[in-house]
Amino acid sequence: MFDVTWLALSPIFLQISTDGMNLINYDPRQFYAETEGGSSFKYVIVPTGRKIQRFVNMAVEGNSVALPQFLKKIELIKQGAEARVYRGSFLGKPTIVKERFPKLYRHPLLDEKLTHRRTVQEVRSILRCRKAGISAPVVYFVDYTSHCIFLEDIVGSITVRDHIASTPLSSAQKIPEERLDQLAKKMGQILAKMHDEDVVHGDLTTSNMLLKAGTESGETELVLIDFGLSYISALPEDKGVDMYVLEKAFLSTHPNTEALFEKLLKAYAASSKKSHAVIKKLDEVRLRGRKRSMVG
Amino acid sequence: MCSSFYFIKKKNVIHYNSPSPSNSLAVMTVVIGFEGSANKIGVGIVRDGEVLSNPRRTYITPPGQGFLPSETARHHRSVILTVLKEALEEAGLKPADVDCVAYTKGPGMGAPLVTVALVARTVAQLWGKPLLGVNHCIGHIEMGRLITQANNPTVLYVSGGNTQVIAYSERRYRIFGETIDIAVGNCLDRFARVIKISNDPSPGYNIEQMAKKGTQYVELPYTVKGMDVSFSGILSYIEVRSGKMLKYNQCTAEDLCFSLQETLFSMLVEITERAMAHCSSQEVLIVGGVGCNLRLQEMMGVMCKERGAKLFATDESFCIDNGAMIAQAGWEMFRSGQTTELSDSWITQRYRTDEVEVTWRD
Repeated sequence: MFDVTWLALSPIFLQISTDGMNLINYDPRQFYAETEGGSSFKYVIVPTGRKIQRFVNMAVEGNSVALPQFLKKIELIKQGAEARVYRGSFLGKPTIVKERFPKLYRHPLLDEKLTHRRTVQEVRSILRCRKAGISAPVVYFVDYTSHCIFLEDIVGSITVRDHIASTPLSSAQKIPEERLDQLAKKMGQILAKMHDEDVVHGDLTTSNMLLKAGTESGETELVLIDFGLSYISALPEDKGVDMYVLEKAFLSTHPNTEALFEKLLKAYAASSKKSHAVIKKLDEVRLRGRKRSMVG
Repeated sequence: MCSSFYFIKKKNVIHYNSPSPSNSLAVMTVVIGFEGSANKIGVGIVRDGEVLSNPRRTYITPPGQGFLPSETARHHRSVILTVLKEALEEAGLKPADVDCVAYTKGPGMGAPLVTVALVARTVAQLWGKPLLGVNHCIGHIEMGRLITQANNPTVLYVSGGNTQVIAYSERRYRIFGETIDIAVGNCLDRFARVIKISNDPSPGYNIEQMAKKGTQYVELPYTVKGMDVSFSGILSYIEVRSGKMLKYNQCTAEDLCFSLQETLFSMLVEITERAMAHCSSQEVLIVGGVGCNLRLQEMMGVMCKERGAKLFATDESFCIDNGAMIAQAGWEMFRSGQTTELSDSWITQRYRTDEVEVTWRD
């Protein structure tokens, strides 16, 4: 009947398995159900699995108590600059919950506007990337009232930042450098693919890329995360600025890795069809930073 | 109080030996600093981490006008010797007591920098003391570190001419995030010109006071690009729209000041938070003229509390450009063995913070 794996998601049903649910006679996109408490909830189906034909944007209304309670029970792994990240199990799958909590230092109107915009952009960009075959976590569920995104947990992965930091860069040892060269090449290729899809990540740093041990050939796979500042743009200007952000983050976190970044750019230029304009813009943007006059 | 170093005069070049580490504890090093890269001219004297004097004068223009390089330089020329005299008198020192003359090498406005460098060079040669060219941004950071005793903070340097998020790593103050166009103080000052508020004591201070009375939040563009920020967009927006908004009474000037501050400072707090998360840092230090703004300090404090981090800020005598900060940075540089030859004592308008090798920290 379906060539896509469907999962019905609901905060209330987290404690109950989905076996008891009657999945016949409903609109493929949404249905209403009643819980014992008598409150009515609108449930939305999110397609997960390999063949994603269509993603249905959704909003879950109603009781927002269940979600905070769920968050209290699962493990908080870190508080990043924008969101709290939890690790838990959601319908049997290892899940990361990214909660964009309200920032008290901002004016409430500004905060709401920003948080909502970022949540929406993040989900849209991840799905656009996934549709194009770029490695990004699967989106399981989104709650727009509390701005939570339930994402696939990439188990057994480390950030590229930690990987580079743990690999010694001395010129005497050739082997570690070769490993990093492979990494730089992969990074260039995946970024080229992303920019060809007109997705501008907006916050490219080595902490926002994960290295996952691959299952087939034992090769490591690169996964992009944290699309909170991303947007869709075809302009070489925006893509150039994107690469500039990565370059600066790269060189400030990992000093003396200029050669590595050059290899990344070479791989990028080789993999992308529209790379020439972007690299040209990147050179322009680099000069922009330096020539800026500083007064005072 | 005798100095433990000596100098040899070779033709027109003067060489010095700096105090060796072994007897540095016994010797007190006095450094005088000259600062005048923008509209503030200050001379400060520092002795081993103690600020002995720090007088300053500000060139204030009428409302609606900014300060131009030539006029600023003229102002500095007219007051610098008075300020120098004040500094020596307040500290109770004679020229012979000074060990090193530090001045702002850059970045900043050309004409004022030249004026100050000229006085510093002359004074150094008259008194027979070594010269030291200091980076203005490093001056702010070192003074912030001295006053607050912060260990290894993420520094937010915000002023009229610079907006950078800096963290120390491997002998350099690395810039993690910065403005890709204008500085936040510049944005505030130019907006102050648009609504024609007084520049006395500073436009930013007057915007802060007006913002306290603002109630309505006006939506303004918010531009954070990764770790960087951009202010020219929000400035153009508010320059163009404020006229109409005020004319048709959609909001008051106080509301605009309030909204502008909220938006600008939210952007700054956000990039600081990102840098902190990236470096796993638990301390924040705000330096630079805009760092005096209590609303910015308040917002940063809220963010720090949420993360369990500590906020360090200084008061307006050290936030705003002053001579003692140049003296303090000069003190650090001098004690680690650096001096500037006379032939190298030029100034530059473009001098990045990460160009300086930080030889006084591990």
